Amino acid sequence: MELKKINDYTWEIPKQEGMRVSTVIYISSKLLESVKRDLTLRQAKNVACLKGIQKRAYIMPDAHQGYGFPIGGVAAFDLDEGIISPGGVGYDINCGVRLLRTDYTEKDIYSRRKQLLAEIFKEVPAGVGKGGTIRLSRNVLEEVCLKGAAWAVENGYGTKEDLLRTEENGRMKAADPSYLSQRAMERGTPQLGTLGAGNHFLEIQKVSKIFDRDIAKVFGIDSEDQILIMIHCGSRGLGHQVASDYIRLMENKFGTRGLPDRELINAPIRSPLGQQYYKSMSSAVNFAFANRQMIAHYVRNVFAKIMGSSKGMEQVYDVCHNVAKFERHRINEEIKEVCIHRKGATRSFGPGREEIPDVYRSVGQPVIIPGSMGTASYILVGTSEAEKLSFGSTAHGAGRLMSRHEALRRFRGEKIKQDLERKGIELKSTSWKGVAEEASGAYKDVDEVVKVSDAVGIGKLVARVIPIGVMKG
Amino acid sequence: MKRYMFLHHTADAKFQAFGATLEEAFANGVLATAFLMWDWKNVEKKIEYPVEIEARDLKQLLVNFLEEVIYLLETKMFLLGSAEKIRIEKKKGRFFLKALFRGDEYSDKYKIYGNVKAITYNEMEITNKDFFMIQVVVDV
Repeated sequence: MELKKINDYTWEIPKQEGMRVSTVIYISSKLLESVKRDLTLRQAKNVACLKGIQKRAYIMPDAHQGYGFPIGGVAAFDLDEGIISPGGVGYDINCGVRLLRTDYTEKDIYSRRKQLLAEIFKEVPAGVGKGGTIRLSRNVLEEVCLKGAAWAVENGYGTKEDLLRTEENGRMKAADPSYLSQRAMERGTPQLGTLGAGNHFLEIQKVSKIFDRDIAKVFGIDSEDQILIMIHCGSRGLGHQVASDYIRLMENKFGTRGLPDRELINAPIRSPLGQQYYKSMSSAVNFAFANRQMIAHYVRNVFAKIMGSSKGMEQVYDVCHNVAKFERHRINEEIKEVCIHRKGATRSFGPGREEIPDVYRSVGQPVIIPGSMGTASYILVGTSEAEKLSFGSTAHGAGRLMSRHEALRRFRGEKIKQDLERKGIELKSTSWKGVAEEASGAYKDVDEVVKVSDAVGIGKLVARVIPIGVMKG
Repeated sequence: MKRYMFLHHTADAKFQAFGATLEEAFANGVLATAFLMWDWKNVEKKIEYPVEIEARDLKQLLVNFLEEVIYLLETKMFLLGSAEKIRIEKKKGRFFLKALFRGDEYSDKYKIYGNVKAITYNEMEITNKDFFMIQVVVDV
């Protein structure tokens, strides 16, 4: 496959063999090496072959092999000619990150950090097959899917201000849970308000470096050593089932002939099945927003109990990593509405966009990029440049480097815990195996990922944070 | 013959399962899926779930079949210990599978150590050279 270097951080797969547009990859030479070893580039090329794709397919710096679309893939489709694809969103619909600020510094909580983490571990259900503390009826679950985070706030979990500081205000209006299968509902019923497992985590973090003090201040980040809370999880079994269901329904309706990869199955955006997927996906997105809203509430309660107060624990922002949605973008001198797929990518809108809450509109949207377990995470700010270069998108994390199988062979959960403790990081997990699989050595270097984002201009550095307490599902 | 083996995949879990028949390879695929989450060898066979599946082709049949393991875990807390009496048939261009899952409800005596979110078509293969082999990547 032909791969052309444009500059130090930009590569291109020129239009070739069935591609309708070219694919642009924002990546450093170092990160490109690992990308070349798996199917990322072939998958990136496949995306550019899909019907109705606009301008270019874009690949983010943390890209790695996915199924159908690569992880770190961004594509926009014309509403009349184009398609919507469950494989372009992923199985974990609205896997995302929520960030809370606090008025505490490391000094304030240091002596009670173990207690805080232990209490969070007790209050936030996590792990495979672990149910939430509330049981839902089908009617209530439908309401959750319709209203998203607003359902949680109405039921006493958090505040209205949280909603304003959430992508889509915590609710995609297109949601219609009547299109969800019985199985999706059954899987969702016990799982609301749970962290899950795999790469999902909750961290007590401290600010280690501020790159842009003015913007950090707007985001509520005032000083080094300030304590933040990061929550990384998604729509759980409900979202996974929506993806599986609609892949199956689309196969049954349209067949699989001519697809380079079955996970690229799709439906015309305006077709009944395309619309049903969008409405079901939106329901799963809302479930995930409600999920993170509840977990944030549990964490605030723990701080109130252990520290005496949760005052000042405002939400900085909540972003989606896996989603399809309708947005207006400039395409060939014309501003038009397109269907954007972001799979393992974060929206990164610059100043002025109406989708951004008032408080941030003058500076741009907060972009939250979690690192791997026990390493740094970053807060970036969206840019107008990103709207030109990547449909307003940037990276979403460190990106895996090593298979879980290999990680299990190389790392031991108990040893990782000891190593982290030596660095002053407390760890609690439901599974040693899970800890080994998520070892930071199995991931790419998140510092390198955000360096590329900043250099290209698709997300500018605001602050770096490091964990002092990690809870893994 | 080995029942199954795990292979490298950057982000997810990939395995091959083997059998003298297609049914046996499918049964071992179910065990491999379970093994990513719990040790099926330790599960007592106290509960039975009959499974009936229909699909447009063999690959979809495999995806649907393996998905049953996740579905039964998440909704019934059922841990699979074995997949028995598997029958695969092709009728009028469609594929049908019947099986009996045996196992136990999750309790403290069992350990769940992993997560499988979904079964994917990525790099999926179903082959028959001397023996049957299925290759599956699951999203974990």
